[in-house]
Amino acid sequence: MGRLPSPSLPLFSAGGWGMVAALMKAGSPAAFRRLCNEIGTVDAVGIEERVAKYATRSVKQASKVAGLKLVVSMVDLTTLEGKDTPDKVASLCQKALHPHAGLDVPPVAAVCVYPSMVKHARRALGADTAVRIASVATAFPSGQAPLRSRLAEVKAALADGADEIDMVINRGAFLAGEFQLVQDEITAVRDTCGAATLKVILEVSELETYDNIRAASFLAMRVLRPGDFIKTSTGKTLLNATLGNNQVMLEAIRDFYLETGIPIAMKPAGGIRTAKQSLHFLIAVKETLGDAWLTNRRYRFGASSLLNDLLRQLEKEKTGTYQAPYHFSEAAESY
Amino acid sequence: MTRLPITKTPKVYVGGAFIRSESARTFPLQDAAGNFFANIPQCTRKDLRNAVEAAAKAGPGWAKRTAYNRGQIIYRLAEMLEARRADMGDALAVGGATRAAAAKEITATIDRLIHYAGWADKYEQVLGSVNPVASPHFNFTVTEPMGIIGLLAPDEAPLLALVSLLAPVITSGNTVVALASTARPYPAIVLGEMLATSDLPGGVVNLLTGFRKDIVPTMATHAHLRAIGGVANAAERHTLKLGAVESVKRVKLHPAEEPVDWFSAKAQGLYEIRDFVEFKTTWHPIGA
Repeated sequence: MGRLPSPSLPLFSAGGWGMVAALMKAGSPAAFRRLCNEIGTVDAVGIEERVAKYATRSVKQASKVAGLKLVVSMVDLTTLEGKDTPDKVASLCQKALHPHAGLDVPPVAAVCVYPSMVKHARRALGADTAVRIASVATAFPSGQAPLRSRLAEVKAALADGADEIDMVINRGAFLAGEFQLVQDEITAVRDTCGAATLKVILEVSELETYDNIRAASFLAMRVLRPGDFIKTSTGKTLLNATLGNNQVMLEAIRDFYLETGIPIAMKPAGGIRTAKQSLHFLIAVKETLGDAWLTNRRYRFGASSLLNDLLRQLEKEKTGTYQAPYHFSEAAESY
Repeated sequence: MTRLPITKTPKVYVGGAFIRSESARTFPLQDAAGNFFANIPQCTRKDLRNAVEAAAKAGPGWAKRTAYNRGQIIYRLAEMLEARRADMGDALAVGGATRAAAAKEITATIDRLIHYAGWADKYEQVLGSVNPVASPHFNFTVTEPMGIIGLLAPDEAPLLALVSLLAPVITSGNTVVALASTARPYPAIVLGEMLATSDLPGGVVNLLTGFRKDIVPTMATHAHLRAIGGVANAAERHTLKLGAVESVKRVKLHPAEEPVDWFSAKAQGLYEIRDFVEFKTTWHPIGA
């Protein structure tokens, strides 16, 4: 996971143009090395050891309840399926506003839907609401559409009432070493967003190494505004948010903040299903970025099934008895 | 060259894996002669919770299998026990059983498994029914598994009683979280090793060892457990019934004060299966 191997031959030597093409395909080591010289590389073993410790903290009951409620307020309640219907989005919005009766929990931070569902979410939530509407625009999840149509998608989502736009970066361009192109596309989306918050999905599982994740984080952060997000994943690939990926990005945010004073927000997404996992992520935030990031303006969880487990554990803490998942809404499991 | 003795670390079978207690606690087990034998996992309420999660994961797949296939798998478990009679005999001897008594208990256990393997694709025909109704409808009653069942095994016949309790429960597609005998836990540990090689999907049977006082109160109140079975004394029955009221679960307990003869044919049969199924009645209009 360390540095990519440096090219053994100068670009224009005996290998000729074929060699240049091969190197470009392998990820343009020269451009990558220039970037890494500026931002530093990641100690992969160190990261793994660091995050392994987060799961060993003893969290006592009062802190656990406070933590779980904080996580509820940070959830981007998500439904991104081909089978989404307006009614399903409407019930998701109800759940976002009132997660569970009798638990004294706040509404979630946002609902996250496809652009075509934004208007239905707006109708369900109303204009004056604590819950924001996020929409995955820009040819989610692949991002493989012409920039023109990606920007049109962003505009359409905003026109329908989206408060936040989750965009995917051009991984193909990133891996080909065309960093300027990646950045220019983020800038174009950012300018289209206007006042709306932008979240940049790096899709870490397709970036393959921690060094690449750090590099992509910096590419994005350099063109983001304070309060915009970098986000791990689309949730549509096999590997999603892990404590390791999260840590690499948190440390990138920390280093960028110390360098520039610009606070960038963070959103892990995909694969965080249990309340216990979410507390491990909170511990990572607390110990890497501090209390200033423990708010839903600076940290979010992109998740669909996490909320039910949070409610289940909060109910357990309230009553002292373990709960069955089917007592909470949207748990289709009947066993 | 002298060889170092290789002693076994007993672990409990939960979710298809062999684990230590989440608490990292153990309790020492003495063999029949009073010598230290091994440290047995002292499972806690959190181990129970984890076992229930494992059972919940395995449940839908197990219930969806055909009755015939469940029968085959229970038969396979009997085969595993038959092939490893010697191991199980040693395990029972740790608890003080004589060779003859151990052999008798193992034979009875194998026969019990075969009994329920046979019932697997037959109980539905006896328990289900087509009901006479005074309207143009087919009206029929079928059984469904309840879900996750908590079981408390007694100290007597530590293998036979445990298997007699869990076999009818899994026959109908339920999953089990069982607490083995506290005084004689070792046969349950060895049984777990046989379950692991019996084609039974991981998580269908989860065996815990430890103390009843750690497990019973949580078993009583855990809302995801649909029923409680096994053997319990008066105080435990009281706790279990109170908890069951709150979490709306079925309680089918044998009083510890009236020991069950687990070797008897009365300790097996259709009614043991019926104790842990739900009945569903369907009305279906008769076509012209």
